[in-house]
Amino acid sequence: MLDNLKILFHQGKQYIPDITTAELPGIFRGRPEISTEKVNEAELVDICPTNAITAGPVCIDLGKCTFCGECSFSFPNKIQFSRDYKISANERSKLIIREGINEPVELNPAVIRKEISDYFSGSLKLRQVSAGGDNSCEMELNACGNVNFDMGRFGIEFVASPRHADGIVITGPITENMAQPLQICYDAIPEPKIIILAGVDAISGGIFEGSPALNRSFLSAYTIDLYVPGNPVHPLTFINGVLELIKKRN
Amino acid sequence: MSHISISNNETIPLSSIPELDYPAFLEQNILSLKNSAGSHCVNYYGIPWNDNVRLICCIANDELSSINISSALVETGKPFNTFSKQNPAFEKFEREIHENFGIQYTDHPWLKPVRYPFNRYNKNENITDYPFFSIDSEELHEVGVGPIHAGIIEPGHFRFICNGEQILHLEIQLGYQHRGIEQLFIEKKKLLQRATLAENIAGDSVAGHTVAFTNLWESMCNYQPGRDLQLSRTLALELERIAVHTGNLSAMCTDIAYQLGSAVYGRLRTPIINFFQRWCGNRLAKGLIRAGKTNFPLTNELAAELTTLLNAYERDFEEISEELFNLPSALARFEKTGVLTREQAENLGTVGISARMSALERDIRYSHPHDLYRELNHQLLLKNHGDVHSRARLRKREIDQSIAYIRTLIQSIPGAGTQSVQLASPSPNSFTLSLVEGWRGEICHAAVTGENGELIHYKIKDPSFHNWMGLALAVRNNEISDFPICNKSFDLSYCGHDL
Repeated sequence: MLDNLKILFHQGKQYIPDITTAELPGIFRGRPEISTEKVNEAELVDICPTNAITAGPVCIDLGKCTFCGECSFSFPNKIQFSRDYKISANERSKLIIREGINEPVELNPAVIRKEISDYFSGSLKLRQVSAGGDNSCEMELNACGNVNFDMGRFGIEFVASPRHADGIVITGPITENMAQPLQICYDAIPEPKIIILAGVDAISGGIFEGSPALNRSFLSAYTIDLYVPGNPVHPLTFINGVLELIKKRN
Repeated sequence: MSHISISNNETIPLSSIPELDYPAFLEQNILSLKNSAGSHCVNYYGIPWNDNVRLICCIANDELSSINISSALVETGKPFNTFSKQNPAFEKFEREIHENFGIQYTDHPWLKPVRYPFNRYNKNENITDYPFFSIDSEELHEVGVGPIHAGIIEPGHFRFICNGEQILHLEIQLGYQHRGIEQLFIEKKKLLQRATLAENIAGDSVAGHTVAFTNLWESMCNYQPGRDLQLSRTLALELERIAVHTGNLSAMCTDIAYQLGSAVYGRLRTPIINFFQRWCGNRLAKGLIRAGKTNFPLTNELAAELTTLLNAYERDFEEISEELFNLPSALARFEKTGVLTREQAENLGTVGISARMSALERDIRYSHPHDLYRELNHQLLLKNHGDVHSRARLRKREIDQSIAYIRTLIQSIPGAGTQSVQLASPSPNSFTLSLVEGWRGEICHAAVTGENGELIHYKIKDPSFHNWMGLALAVRNNEISDFPICNKSFDLSYCGHDL
C-alpha cells in the first residue's frame, strides 16, 4: 500500500491541463505554410511520395500528405511545416493548403449536422475499425485515452461494441479483405451516427493509393463528418478535432 | 553443398545463386538445418520466373554469421513433396507459396490460405471461405472472435475450440490487413515512395522495417553509410525497443486489471516517443531513416536531453517493475500461463522474444550484426520457461539492456559527417538480403533487380510470420480468459504478417 502511494507520488502530474492550448515539444510537422516565392514547381511536385503537392498555385493536400517533410528540406523558403496541430476539418476541400494563405484549418459549422450537437456534445462513444491500418494511428488513438491526454475527461471514449457506439473511427486505407467487416460494423451502430477518418491512409489511401488490394467503396456511400490528417494522427489533432465537431452549438 | 554463402546486407549477382532440381534442393536445405543447431530459415519464397516459379531458400547459420542461399525452378500446378513434413518451421512459407503460385504440395499437414492476397493463384476463394478446423462434438463448443476486436487493435479472426473454459485448439486466420505492399514496392519507383512504404509496413516497427529496407538499398547501390548514419539507425532501433516494450508491459498490466502498472508504464512510454518527435518531428520515427542521408542529424544537445530523459525514465521504470514483479496477484496470472516449450519454439522456428523466452538463441544483433551492433558486442538475454512471465521479464531486462546500449552509443556523437549524395542506381541482376533485429524479432527483406538495375522483386518477412503459430500452440489447455494476456505477451503484428 505504502509502496503504491510512493509510486503514485513519484509520477507527479502527468496530464496535460489544457488540451486546446498545449505546446508540442521539439519539432513537429503540422499545418504547412506555403510562401509565394517562385520555385521550380515541377521539381517540387515531383518530390512528394503521395502526390499531395499540386502546382499553379502550389497547394498541399493534407489528406494525402504523409508529413515526411522532404518538400520543406528541398524548398525551405517555399514550404515550412508549423507546429500547429489543429488540422482536422469536416470538408475534404478544407484540407488543401494554398500558397500565400496562412490561416488555421477550421471546421465549417454550417455542414455539421444538428443532431451531432444535440446528442453528442456531452458524451461521445466511438468504435474504432482498423481497415488495413499499420497500427501507428491505432497506437495514437489508444494514447488519446492515456493519463497524458486523458480524452475521457471530455466524455469521449472508445467502446468495445458498435451497439454502444455513436460513431466509427476508421484507420487504414480500407483493404478489400476488411470492406465487408467494416460495413457490418457500421450497420450495427444505432442512428444517429458519425464517421471519422483518422490518418492519411484512411482519408486518401496515402502511400497505398491505387493498390489493387484496396476497396474504398464504403467511403463514397456515406458523408464523412470529420477528417483527421496525420501519419499517424497526433492525439492532440484528434482530440481537438472531435471537440470542435461535437461542441454545443445553438 | 550447392548454395552461396553471403553475409547480412551483401549484394551478389543473381546468377551466383545455385539452381538445383527440387528433390536435391529439398534434401540439402533440410539436412543443413538438421546438422547445425545454430541454423534456421530466415526466408523461403517464390519469384515468378517466366511461366514458372523460382523458389529461393535462405538459411541463416548463426554460428558463422552467414546466410546460405539456394534455389530451384519449379512448374506451377505440379505436385511436390513439402519441406514442412520434415521441418514444421516451413509450414507457413509453403502455404504462402501454394497460395501465391498454386504449387500443389502432396504432404503438407495444413495447406490453408495465409492472407488471401489480391494476386493469389485461386481467385475463386475469398476471405469469407476460410476452411476452419472443426470438431463434431456435443461437449465442445467453438468461440469466434474478430476480425474486429474490442480494443483499438488491428483485425484478425480467432477461432477457439473449448471444453468448458479450457482452450483445446486455437486457429488464427489473418489476411484482413493485406494492402499489397510487396507489389507496391515494384510499382512505386521513387526511393522516397519506397522508404515511405517501408515505414508503413508495421507502424509499431517503423525503425525495424525502415532500417532493413535502407541497409538493403544502400548495399544494392554500393553505398557505405557513415558512422553518423549507423549510429542513428542503431539508436532508433533501441529506442523503438524501449518504447514498445514499455507500452507492452502497460498493456499486460491492463489485461490482468493492474491499474497502477497500466498507468505508470503507459505514461513512461510517452517521453520515449516524444524524444523521437524532438529528434525527427514524428512520435513513431516516421521520416527519420533515409537511404544515403539523414534529414535529422543527432546533435550533442539531443544526446544530452536523451541522457536526462533516460535517467528520469529509469528511476520510475525500476520502481514500478520492482512492484509488478513482486506482486503475488500479478505473478499468479503470469507464471505458467501460455507456455511454449523450447522444443515447440524450435520446431516452429519462432524468433525474437518468442524464441528467447524458451532459451532459443535467436537474435540478429548477436548472430548477424549490422550497423553498430558489432561494437556493442550484444549479449543474448534468455529465459527458460516460455510463459507469459518469461516474456514480461525479458521485456523488462531488454529495456535495461537497451538503456545501457544507448548510453554507450551517445557518449561520442560524430559530427554530421554525411553529405547528402545522389545514390547510384542499384546493381543490375542482383540479389540482396537484409536482416534486422526489430523489437519483435528478426525482420528480413530481400530484393532482386533486373537488367537495368530496376527492382523486379521485393520480399518482406515480419517476425510475426514465424510467431503466430507459437501463440496458437501456447494457449492450448489454458483458460480462455487468459487468452488476452497470452496474446498481448506475444504482441504480434497483423499488418506485418498480411503485408
